[in-house]
Amino acid sequence: MHITLNLSSGAFAGEIKDISGANVFDCYQCGKCAAGCTVGGYIDDTPTKVIRFIQLNQRDKALDSRTPFLCAACNTCSERCPMEIDVAKIMESVRILALKEKRKPERDVAVFSELFLGSVKTTGRLFELGLTAGFNLMSGQPVKDAELGARLFRKGKIAIKPAMSGNKNVKQIFDKSEAVSGSSSKEEKAEH
Amino acid sequence: MARIGVFVCHCGENIGRTVDCSVVAKESAKLRDVVYSVDYKYMCSDPGQIMVKDAIKKHNLTGVVIASCSPLMHEKTFRRAVQETELSPFLCEMANIREQCSWVHEDKVLATKKAVDLVRLMVEKVKRNTPLEPIRIPVTKRALVIGGGIAGIQAALDIADGNQEVVMVEKSPSIGGHMAQLSETFPTLDCSQCILTPKMVSANSHKNIKLYTYTEVESVTGYIGNFDVTLRKKARYVDDSICSGCGICQEKCPQKKISSEFNTGLGKRPAIYIPFPQAVPNIPVIDKERCTYFKNGKCKACEKFCDRNAIKFDQTDEFINIKVGAIVVATGYEMYNIGKNNKNGIKGYGEYGCGEDPDIIDSLQFERLLSASGPTFGEVKRPSDGKVPETVVFLQCVGSRDKAKGMEYCSKICCMYTAKHTMLYKHKVHHGQAFVFYLDIRAGGKNYDEFVRRAIEEDGAIYLRGRVSKIYREGDKLIVKGADTLSGSQVEIAADLVVLATAITAQPDIVPLAQKLGVGYDKYHFLSEAHPKLKPVETNSAGIFLAGACQAPKDIPESVAQASAAAAKVLGLCSATELEREPYVAKVYESTCAGCGFCIEACPYKAIDNKAIVNRQGKLIKNVAYINQGLCQGCGTCLSVCRSKSIDLAGFTDEQIFSEINSLFV
Amino acid sequence: MNYGYFPGCSLHATAKEFNDSTKLVCDKLDLELKEIDKWICCGATPAHTTNQELGIALPFANLQLAADQGFDTVVAPCAACFNRLRSADFEVKHSGYTAERVGYITGSRTDINVRILHIIQLFRDEYGYSRLKEVFSKPLKGLKVANYYGCLLLRPSLVMKLDDPENPVIMDELTNLTGAESVPWAFKTECCGASLAIPETEIVLDLSKKIIDSAKNAGADVIAVACPLCHANLDMRQKQIGKKFGADYSTPVLYITQLLGLALGIDPSKLGLDSHLVDPYPVLRAKNIL
Repeated sequence: MHITLNLSSGAFAGEIKDISGANVFDCYQCGKCAAGCTVGGYIDDTPTKVIRFIQLNQRDKALDSRTPFLCAACNTCSERCPMEIDVAKIMESVRILALKEKRKPERDVAVFSELFLGSVKTTGRLFELGLTAGFNLMSGQPVKDAELGARLFRKGKIAIKPAMSGNKNVKQIFDKSEAVSGSSSKEEKAEH
Repeated sequence: MARIGVFVCHCGENIGRTVDCSVVAKESAKLRDVVYSVDYKYMCSDPGQIMVKDAIKKHNLTGVVIASCSPLMHEKTFRRAVQETELSPFLCEMANIREQCSWVHEDKVLATKKAVDLVRLMVEKVKRNTPLEPIRIPVTKRALVIGGGIAGIQAALDIADGNQEVVMVEKSPSIGGHMAQLSETFPTLDCSQCILTPKMVSANSHKNIKLYTYTEVESVTGYIGNFDVTLRKKARYVDDSICSGCGICQEKCPQKKISSEFNTGLGKRPAIYIPFPQAVPNIPVIDKERCTYFKNGKCKACEKFCDRNAIKFDQTDEFINIKVGAIVVATGYEMYNIGKNNKNGIKGYGEYGCGEDPDIIDSLQFERLLSASGPTFGEVKRPSDGKVPETVVFLQCVGSRDKAKGMEYCSKICCMYTAKHTMLYKHKVHHGQAFVFYLDIRAGGKNYDEFVRRAIEEDGAIYLRGRVSKIYREGDKLIVKGADTLSGSQVEIAADLVVLATAITAQPDIVPLAQKLGVGYDKYHFLSEAHPKLKPVETNSAGIFLAGACQAPKDIPESVAQASAAAAKVLGLCSATELEREPYVAKVYESTCAGCGFCIEACPYKAIDNKAIVNRQGKLIKNVAYINQGLCQGCGTCLSVCRSKSIDLAGFTDEQIFSEINSLFV
Repeated sequence: MNYGYFPGCSLHATAKEFNDSTKLVCDKLDLELKEIDKWICCGATPAHTTNQELGIALPFANLQLAADQGFDTVVAPCAACFNRLRSADFEVKHSGYTAERVGYITGSRTDINVRILHIIQLFRDEYGYSRLKEVFSKPLKGLKVANYYGCLLLRPSLVMKLDDPENPVIMDELTNLTGAESVPWAFKTECCGASLAIPETEIVLDLSKKIIDSAKNAGADVIAVACPLCHANLDMRQKQIGKKFGADYSTPVLYITQLLGLALGIDPSKLGLDSHLVDPYPVLRAKNIL
């Protein structure tokens, strides 16, 4: 691995700070987040390393890392960070940026989120069966968890029809969130 | 008629680069009452000082303004030079055109103008200066050393060897401090007790040292050279003038299962006990809270067996008044506890089990396990089941450098003693494996880094760079979940014993003592030195010095060095019969003072008292404020609260200050 | 006093027994839960990890609904919903900037004050342990319970403010009140992988296995949970775990409300004990609880 450092070294850290509020330069790379990470055994870069990439302005390396996508958002890292850095929020910010730029280092997780939110946007509530079936189709594993599904069905735990919230505001919340999120810029934030 | 001379210094390039010194000299010459002015490259040099002295004589000067650096730097130099002429040194003032002008400005024209202003201010002031007399105060040639650890012992011995009297006070039953608990010391691995106990014995037997153990400082009044101290000698319930230290009382005491403080809870002691076999003095103390007689009114086994009748159940605390000229504070430190009960917003480590697992111990406990005089006689056995641990995990920076827990500082000594621990462990358990989680290895010091390398290269300690997120028990083992940031991995170790290098913290009861002494402390309650670089041993209270870890985390060599430095300061103080100090103290105009007492309340140094004015018949006319010149630090707080303007500060009178300010508006 | 009830999506589907047992227990204790009309999904993890504004606006819209419908307190049994509601409320209260954006997105006011309680908090803080102790009629003597808190219920502790994030006790206290015995164990606050269950099933199988192993090693007969995601991963996946690791996995996983319901003498089938994939009846019968 090779890294070339240049003048604009704080730029990416600034982007992350705008979204998460966290200053990555507070991190002294102690590794406590890596040590306790729930998915530590499955990620390519430890959270510590992702933060290091941000400190060194390595935008691509951070945004293409699978780690922020595999993050279970369990907050163990943030809870125990000796420098009180919200590590989970930094992971979340990297993921948001990666999704915005259509990077999907961990496609399945991205697809799951998309389907989940799609379901909520349509009816206001999550339709679990639709989500699972949709995911299996999109991820090319149509019979995944089929046996489990059948058992749940027998237990009466699977709703066949989507639940309706009857709330007419949902679509607006999604659309406006999308719009606002796209428009967020540093200057706008600085004003507030 | 005033005749003032102005001397403008270039300070090489320091002032000359930004201030046109010749212009300053020329402009100064135009000021009223200035009869001579000159600029010169280095005014503080010998030729510069001669210029000043010659001019005083030649021009009959009544006052001198040196426009150069800060008075902190060279006021003494120039006043000494002035004193060599007939002029009073207090008629010499400094205009600071370096720190407050050339160093902070860039525009030469404006900076030059400001320099002229600064000179004008000082000319106005010096015209109103009066020759003052330095204050002389007597010195009591005796020192108090608070704390009987290695720092206190060293300071006491050095002062005593310098032929001055020392009173040494230790709050616990024996001197020796934490060093007495240690096994071997880095970086030479010499036995701690072997090098300490001879010093403990010397401290007790030295003709110039009076030792009070189990004694605390009750109150302190007075000032440098003249402190009045009251000590509280706590009841030991043993007459130390009779007891021979035979130890029969300890053997006969039916209470045997009290957790031993000296053995950090890993060993037991009776209710009447000598903390450890080498204790000084070798005299027991009764733990009143746990003594059967004190609890139930029955027992007195110790009394029955004592053939000298030294047990005194009716003993009470004794108060001892002493007078000393100087005080050395050497109260040491305490280890941070990972449990929940910490003060000052310091949090525990829930992720490490809050200290509830017996096999998660701190470094001081590990020292006791390594020590030949310890509860396991130097065999490394874990507390839960006495098994020899085959895998030991050491964690550095537990509490230290941890903002979330409330301590952001580095405890400084843990890197070294942890390396030592891995070595000593390996020397005792040859097939054992030590792992160390560290953040940075801080091994600055003579032979220190080589020592750490030896632990890694020769004694096989595996160093892992990272913190530990969680420790939990799984049957016989402690699972340590850590990280190794160098390989970028999570690391899991099944350990038999975990040793935490917990932070060095201030003594929990230091604040009341610091307040009694008038010594400052930082947010972690470490005592504050007067200047971090140039006055590392002094405090802001004159005559009170610091030694050892009460100031900041320190290892033994550093504590000893600072203790000797403090002793040198004390001996210097005691070398004179009288102290001379600057006469910048407040003075009261008794005729207008209404005796309202506001200044007494306001004075941060407790330097003001009431004084009764009586007529010839002895009848009280009124009360007025009285300023103790020995205590007054010249801060001026009293002036600002005085409603009748009856207090003034010598050398900085209202008249002088106002004339300075007025001169700005000409 | 009535409480605005926010069941969340899972409690109307895979976690319906959590819904049933919550309602039955509250009924018995005269705690009136009224479902918030037209509530919507909190967005869970997918929302806040995709679009921050959405992740706050969705849960906050529910608080606005509750306020509009006159509730001053919202009760959520799902740990994920509870977490999102609390987080949204925290973010809006602590940042004027966020509040303004959320106000724009939801088209409703943000200066609202609604308390957010998890269902177990309702029992601890509103009903009270001392009263609870008196109403339990059928002590669950002899049952050893490993209380599993997981992550979302407790963390971030600054926002959740429910219990100590490293050594929580609230579920253990409730368990002990029922006469059952809560066992100390190491994995009570570990994460099961939560919503990774669908896209990254293998990870969740590994994590859940470790949690179940730890509970078993601590001598637990059953695991108690307060989160439908935890339940889904621990209960529904045990057969898959057994297959993956070649061992028998059959530790029943109960909702804490089901335990409380049993102690209150409520009919076990009404509490939904039949709907778990790992059948809890054998263990409960062996302990003479049923």
